[in-house]
Amino acid sequence: MADEKSSFDAVAAGPVPSQDVESPATGAVATPPSHPSVDALRARFGVAILHHEVVAGNQHVVFIPPGQNVEILRWLRDDPAQRYDLLRDVTAIDYGVGRPLHVVYQIFSLTHKRALRVKCELPLDALEIGSVYHLWKAANWLEREVYDLFGITFLDHPDLRRILMPEDYQEGHPLRKDFPLRGRFSRAEQTRQALSQDLGHYYIMEEIELGGESQALPPTVSEMEAEAAEKAAGVD
Amino acid sequence: MAQKTVEFTLGRNPEMGVDGRPTTSPLAPIDIQEPDFESHNMLVNFGPQHPATHGVLRLVCELDGETVVRCIPHIGYLHSSFEKLGEYRTWNQIVPLTDRMDYLAPLIYNCAHVMSVEAMMGIEVTERCKLTRLIMMELDRIFGHLLWLGTFAMDAGAFTPFLYTFIERERIYRLHEAYTGARITTSATRVGGMMSDMPADWPKGIREFCNGLPKTLDECEVLLNDNGVLLGRTLGVGAISGEDALNYGFTGANLRASGVAYDVRKDQPYYDYETYDFEVPIGEHGDCYDRYLCRMEEMRQSLRILHQALDRLEKVTGPMDVQDPRISLPSKTDCMNDMESMIHHFKLITEGIHAPPGESYFPVEASKGELGMYVVSDGGTKPVRWRVRPPSFVNLSVLPKLLEGHLVADLIMINASIDIVLGEIDR
Repeated sequence: MADEKSSFDAVAAGPVPSQDVESPATGAVATPPSHPSVDALRARFGVAILHHEVVAGNQHVVFIPPGQNVEILRWLRDDPAQRYDLLRDVTAIDYGVGRPLHVVYQIFSLTHKRALRVKCELPLDALEIGSVYHLWKAANWLEREVYDLFGITFLDHPDLRRILMPEDYQEGHPLRKDFPLRGRFSRAEQTRQALSQDLGHYYIMEEIELGGESQALPPTVSEMEAEAAEKAAGVD
Repeated sequence: MAQKTVEFTLGRNPEMGVDGRPTTSPLAPIDIQEPDFESHNMLVNFGPQHPATHGVLRLVCELDGETVVRCIPHIGYLHSSFEKLGEYRTWNQIVPLTDRMDYLAPLIYNCAHVMSVEAMMGIEVTERCKLTRLIMMELDRIFGHLLWLGTFAMDAGAFTPFLYTFIERERIYRLHEAYTGARITTSATRVGGMMSDMPADWPKGIREFCNGLPKTLDECEVLLNDNGVLLGRTLGVGAISGEDALNYGFTGANLRASGVAYDVRKDQPYYDYETYDFEVPIGEHGDCYDRYLCRMEEMRQSLRILHQALDRLEKVTGPMDVQDPRISLPSKTDCMNDMESMIHHFKLITEGIHAPPGESYFPVEASKGELGMYVVSDGGTKPVRWRVRPPSFVNLSVLPKLLEGHLVADLIMINASIDIVLGEIDR
């Protein structure tokens, strides 16, 4: 067997904690290789660049204060030496046990063929951050998704509504670590809620107002129930 | 003007005959009060169960006559919270979740996930594995584009291309089945390698498919390229400038149709794409017709890559999986004869692969656009966060912008041209 020797060596070496496993690219490197944008950011914003690390070999991550995210990202987009014109992704990470949530921006520069990841740490009691919708329109749905699944409010977002979960979802924000995998309510309660939905479940308020003629719409379950109750009262 | 009232009571009115019909016409015009026709926009609900929405997409449109004033998309009908589920699965157990997202090109998603985990762990896969995955990804790019072509033509009213493309898709289904045993839910990849080595005649089957496809593409192009109906419904419809398309986050063929030559395979190459000879087709006007042309050309370019990759595969020998007992499962024979192998097998099955703390965002060019797999590990066997950057999700968010001022009928064509799959939008 060709691999008998190698597997024997690995066993002989004994168990190793995964942090110490030698591999070319894992975790943060002690002296990270430089990234032109990171150097420029340090020169421009100084102490606002809290931390810089390199992960997975060549992916650069920059931590910035949440209050300055729009300012710094705007500079990264507009500065001719940076030109990060594509917002690839906006997402968040919850590490659990009360640790701050990370908001993650993945940006890419088509001009310079460069990628950068920008992160902001948000403490759990202040889940608010400026929206980058006015820099990249791509942030519209991506920020709505983060709001929906993590409960982070994006200030100045023009249309911050839930997107994947229903508009009137009551159980919280599913991707948070304190949200149980099967949801908070029992299956019976979830079914009951699903069956007692009214118009607000299917249409947003704006659409209901736009639709106007409320008489033309079919009666909702709650309306039908109220009507039936009225009739019953009248008989008595 | 004096108002003349007409009584229609039978027998009492001298102007009416016994059959109830008026015998004389009124001398003075009857002044009828005009009802108050207030002009207001109409709200039309489109979907979620409509064949032209390509899934369970619901659009609420505000119409002024036949013109779409505003469109509000509603998604989430297929939401199954895959990203939450992934946090309760080991790295390899996530693979089956990925092919259920884009079931029109499942192998790309399988590959993208393990490629991201490997980048995070610093695993260098074998040359043979790289070539196999590259072939799979290019094959499924054609797979996804073929379905798009069929449904796009059908939405324009042409049924024949749909049949042609589904004959070709059936060939790819069989190639999937030959390798993985499944037609759609392939789950072909593992961290550090593939589920198994390929069947002996699999490359031959792909070569046959590659030789047969250009004829079908030619036939479809003869039917569609100069087709008056298609031209009328797509030329200048849903046009977007390159600058806007980039700002709105368009990726893939949608962005390239607007004249921006952004392809992850060229701009951030992985798996030695820079050494392959292929071109990135770009459009000019960014309308539905340019998106159609771009995708047609992309399939031909994928065929070029496939031929080159198959040539290279013939020369490459060696194992499929990385020879590391911490990552790859040992063979069944070894498990039965060798204590260490059995222990490794037991640990890998019960615990899973231990990934060191770290994170990685790995973008690949999927058939719909840029697919990014973002994995975050804290040193355990399960991810802290597993995020999929879905290309169709961001592409669909541009739909209201594309629809501005177009007719309801154009809605169907624009929606068909941006190539969405709801399984991946809702996740």
